[in-house]
Amino acid sequence: MNVLKQAKGFWFTIVLAAIFFVVMQFLINGEFLNPFYVNTLYTIGINIILAVSLHLVIGITGQFSIGHAGFLAVGAYVSAIITMKLGLPFPVALLAGGVVAAIAGIIIGIPTLRLRGDYLAIATLGFGEIMRILFLNIEYVGGASGMTVSHLITWPWLFGCVLATIIVIVNFTNSTHGRACISIRENEIAADAMGINTTYYKVMAFVIGAFFAGVAGGLHAHNFYIIQPTNFSFLKSFDILILVVLGGLGSMSGSVIAAVLLTIITAFLANYPELRMVIYSLVLIVVMLFRPQGLMGTKEITAFLKMSKAAKGGAQDGSRHTVA
Amino acid sequence: MAAGTPLLKVENAGIRFGGLKAVSGVNLELRQGELAGLIGPNGAGKTTFFNLLTGVYVPTEGSISLVGEKLNGLAPYKITKKGISRTFQNIRLFSDMTVLDNVKVAYHSLARHSILSSIFRLPSHFKGEMEMEEKAIEFLKIFKLDHVLHEKAKNLPYGQQRRLEIARALAAKPKLLLLDEPAAGMNPQETEDLMNLIALIREKFELTILLIEHDMNLVMGVCERIYVLDHGQLIAEGTPEQIRNNPKVIEAYLGEEVS
Repeated sequence: MNVLKQAKGFWFTIVLAAIFFVVMQFLINGEFLNPFYVNTLYTIGINIILAVSLHLVIGITGQFSIGHAGFLAVGAYVSAIITMKLGLPFPVALLAGGVVAAIAGIIIGIPTLRLRGDYLAIATLGFGEIMRILFLNIEYVGGASGMTVSHLITWPWLFGCVLATIIVIVNFTNSTHGRACISIRENEIAADAMGINTTYYKVMAFVIGAFFAGVAGGLHAHNFYIIQPTNFSFLKSFDILILVVLGGLGSMSGSVIAAVLLTIITAFLANYPELRMVIYSLVLIVVMLFRPQGLMGTKEITAFLKMSKAAKGGAQDGSRHTVA
Repeated sequence: MAAGTPLLKVENAGIRFGGLKAVSGVNLELRQGELAGLIGPNGAGKTTFFNLLTGVYVPTEGSISLVGEKLNGLAPYKITKKGISRTFQNIRLFSDMTVLDNVKVAYHSLARHSILSSIFRLPSHFKGEMEMEEKAIEFLKIFKLDHVLHEKAKNLPYGQQRRLEIARALAAKPKLLLLDEPAAGMNPQETEDLMNLIALIREKFELTILLIEHDMNLVMGVCERIYVLDHGQLIAEGTPEQIRNNPKVIEAYLGEEVS
């Protein structure tokens, strides 16, 4: 809660992350992990970025956007063009993918975020489809047959991007700016009456979310060897949405946990192609039946750690992060 | 009436929704430090009038100005920054946020640290957040809510929720506070506490207050001046005594004597 404690928690998390990074790097370099696992690991990382970035828009700001795959597509194509057509280095491509997706976020966000609820959902769905059709019809990026991209993704870049996404979004959320976004989710009229520029913060959350979705797009493109417009259909948007809802709307650690679990389940179900969607759907149905609020509800994982520490103490507020 | 510009000046203000005149031709002036009441039968347009003052609706006629500055057409959040703050008829707290965070949201417009300084956790972020937290805690002490700082707003008892809503509105540092039925749903004891609270904050924050209320004991007890709205138009204005005996007002309230 206080600043010192927050800083302590932050460094603790950083040390844990560093250890995890080194261990995985060692496993990958030493080829202890077979390529299937490495690929699953990369997919998990990309899905975490997507889930956490959408969490900011839906879980924190309460804007029901279901066109996230559109930003993923923009990031993927822009970064692929940067490396494959312009021959610039991979990090530049990642950054450019994020920046262009963020610009798309501004252009789409300003008009559509005036809409609420269902209307916003439909408008953002439309945006996602427009992006797909757009890339389908641009010969320069290969049209329907898609674009081949070199496999440039590496563990350090992936890990760095995941960590940066989480830190930026946690830090944003745990500040007066994040509280402004949460107040919009809780009650937009009251937020407005309290002097919050609601349009500004809705667009801001949308743009930050779009930026990281764009970065995820860059990673995605350089992981799968080929990108095609069909990869970015509305089904992809729903996949991301499912991660956020399953994790618990408003819980970032929930989004991360859901991204990890569902990616692993999907990867292992690849062995049973005919049953894949059946089992996947069953998992979703069962979770929603028994935990309609999502795996984590609105709580963060740090709340559980705090609770066990202060079991005898008074009621603890669960909805706070202590990560940073 | 005292000389100088009035704090709030409403001239001929009104709004129509299609063919329906919800409020029309309202003239109203509030002096600095005044505590006025706005009453009227259900559907008279009282809340609509508040929505005009706070920018939720843009008046289709007339003008509204605060200390000589025109407010017509400004977005609600800008009007709040100019110094009008309100509570709602049906409580609108940020129910999943803590009591402390509810008040911190109202301090948001005073924050000077940028989004970037928060993301990169620059010193200005910590300084700004610390200041905000200290101020909010101090502030909640006045409202005797400091023992529930980390409780979620939705878990508070009803009376405390009302108090928190007033606290949150005051944290935005208004010159004019609009209270929309603050005593709705309260028992006599809670209403009494509320009256004391209103008197206290008015003195402490040098506020001007306009309140909508159906509880006549409260209105007659605390307000210095009362405006009566019926069918979207002001039908009377005066001291509680004058209003009590005004035949038009008695008629508006179904011929029943208000006492």
